[in-house]
Amino acid sequence: MRNNLATVKCAIVGSGNIGTDLMYKALRSEWLEPVWMVGIDPSSEGLARARAQGLATTVDGVDGLLPHLDREDVRIAFDATSAYVHPQNAAKLAARGVVVVDLTPAAIGPYCVPSVNLAKHVGKREMNVNMVSCGGQATIPIVAAVARVQAVAYAEIVATVSSRSAGSGTRKNIDEFTRTTANGIEKVGGARRGKAIIILNPAEPPLIMRDTVYCLTEGEPREDAIRASLATMIAEVQRYVPGYQLKNGPVFDGKRVSVWLEVAGLGDYLPRYAGNLDIMTAAALRTGELIAREMADGLYGQTGKWS
Amino acid sequence: MNLRGRKIVLHDNSLRDGMHPKRHQISVEQMISVAGGLDEAGVPLIEVTHGDGLGGASVNYGFPAYSDEEYLRAVIPQMKRARVSALLLPGIGTVEHLRRAHECGVTTVRVATHCTEADISEQHIRCARELGLDTVAFLMMAHMVDPAELARQAKLMESYGAHCVYVTDSAGYLLPDGVTARVGALRATLDPATEIGFHGHHNLGMGIANSLAAIEAGAVRIDGSVAGLGAGAGNTPLEVFNAVAVRLGIETGVDVFKLADVAEDLVVPLMDQPIRIDRDSLILGYAGVYSSFLLFAKRAGAKYGVPSANILVELGRMKTVGGQEDMIEDIALNLAKLAKL
Repeated sequence: MRNNLATVKCAIVGSGNIGTDLMYKALRSEWLEPVWMVGIDPSSEGLARARAQGLATTVDGVDGLLPHLDREDVRIAFDATSAYVHPQNAAKLAARGVVVVDLTPAAIGPYCVPSVNLAKHVGKREMNVNMVSCGGQATIPIVAAVARVQAVAYAEIVATVSSRSAGSGTRKNIDEFTRTTANGIEKVGGARRGKAIIILNPAEPPLIMRDTVYCLTEGEPREDAIRASLATMIAEVQRYVPGYQLKNGPVFDGKRVSVWLEVAGLGDYLPRYAGNLDIMTAAALRTGELIAREMADGLYGQTGKWS
Repeated sequence: MNLRGRKIVLHDNSLRDGMHPKRHQISVEQMISVAGGLDEAGVPLIEVTHGDGLGGASVNYGFPAYSDEEYLRAVIPQMKRARVSALLLPGIGTVEHLRRAHECGVTTVRVATHCTEADISEQHIRCARELGLDTVAFLMMAHMVDPAELARQAKLMESYGAHCVYVTDSAGYLLPDGVTARVGALRATLDPATEIGFHGHHNLGMGIANSLAAIEAGAVRIDGSVAGLGAGAGNTPLEVFNAVAVRLGIETGVDVFKLADVAEDLVVPLMDQPIRIDRDSLILGYAGVYSSFLLFAKRAGAKYGVPSANILVELGRMKTVGGQEDMIEDIALNLAKLAKL
């Protein structure tokens, strides 16, 4: 399956919806090899699935992983726990020289939305990179696509996800989601002011993730340039999330530009409706692969020389 | 129905739910005038916020004439007896908004989630309790789930610290038996010290009957809006409900005539359109659709040349929940495309 011998070993911290989905994607990666899954709940389905795939597991949180880092040469960790737990995890892993890709909305490290700013992370040797939020990964590319045409005074996003796809971490971190996403809309999307709204919908069968983006441009919107920029950007996101789709828009109404999106996943863990998992895990994987390639190139120093 | 001697807290929502039919454009002067009248009539609790709660100012829900903070700071100091509440929907507003509302002097916060999503309210309910606020949890679109599951969700909110849990009929869909079953399930499940409330919409004309059913099943807080000023066909008209309650011997402490004057002299004149059960509001109640979608559907229907009723029916079919206003224009665009085929 893997053609590349220079894979970098990684650990997935958090065995919930996001961590489990990420594991399946990482198992297909040319650059990463998932070897550990870290959880806290012995009955976690994610941990059982990890063991079935041959990963080592622990139920003692990051502390259960730390003693094995050197022997296993784990150099990258993906944190899919929660914004409350991430700071402690990040500190413990950083002390051991492990680079952390943060999928919680804790936002300690710089934001990465691959279709927009992955290139800016190249060569920076960052030890902690934050993936904003699922809603941010789905919508910030759209804000950026408008903002690269003309100044955006305000951008607002509404992310609606199926209740089934929102795990306990997401539910405890609703405020962090809105705050971090709004921040990402400004810092990565390029809007002067950002706002984010998240809605959980329990409909059965579950709805496919929907995202709506409203941009208020400073001048009159340059419609043709915005249309072209959006098409390019959507194609770029589709490279790693094939189910990312424009449903309606752009609608131009005065200075308001509205875009309606749907995000279907690959169905690696939860079924295809849970595009919110895919857009997060696929983005994190791309980011992790960049770091792995840089490690293979020696940018992060020699392997196994950390402690 | 013998409700004689029951003590009920009436909670006016005209300056919050009433923001929907006013497109969030009620002026500070109007707020002060209406709130002053309600206070004078003896209404003990008055909600003042953007229609979609703290932080609701947005493209999606509408930008208000003034910020929540400006409204609250203008109204609260004028109150002689009434206390002022604020609404907060996790996912839209945050604990920072809650803290700011507390600094403005609100005594009560109502944390609202969809009826199956109580566990996203933990941060906000806990924060409200830490601030020493009267903390109310609001289970919206309560018709969409059976009484036993609603009670489980209410129990979660109680466990986070809610003093009171509301059965919220956001779509004005419930009939009295459905209210009795839901309030009864909460009463049987929650700690006896936890209060139960009912928030009605008048889309099927059931606001008053439903509120009475709620009281009979154990509710002690009843929402309404003076002159019905609220989303859809409005809320339970508070002055009418109060008159009915007084005749039944329910103790509300609110003056029937003074409240009727507030409705007639202060609230009706500020309406942009009559609050009544028009065709679209009827469909809200009949199809079980979130009441504040009404004006958005009317506007999108007009913009894209599709019947607003069809948009509302589709919103019901898709099982949309409160806050999904963004889907209204999306549906209108789809219906317009279909019409061209």
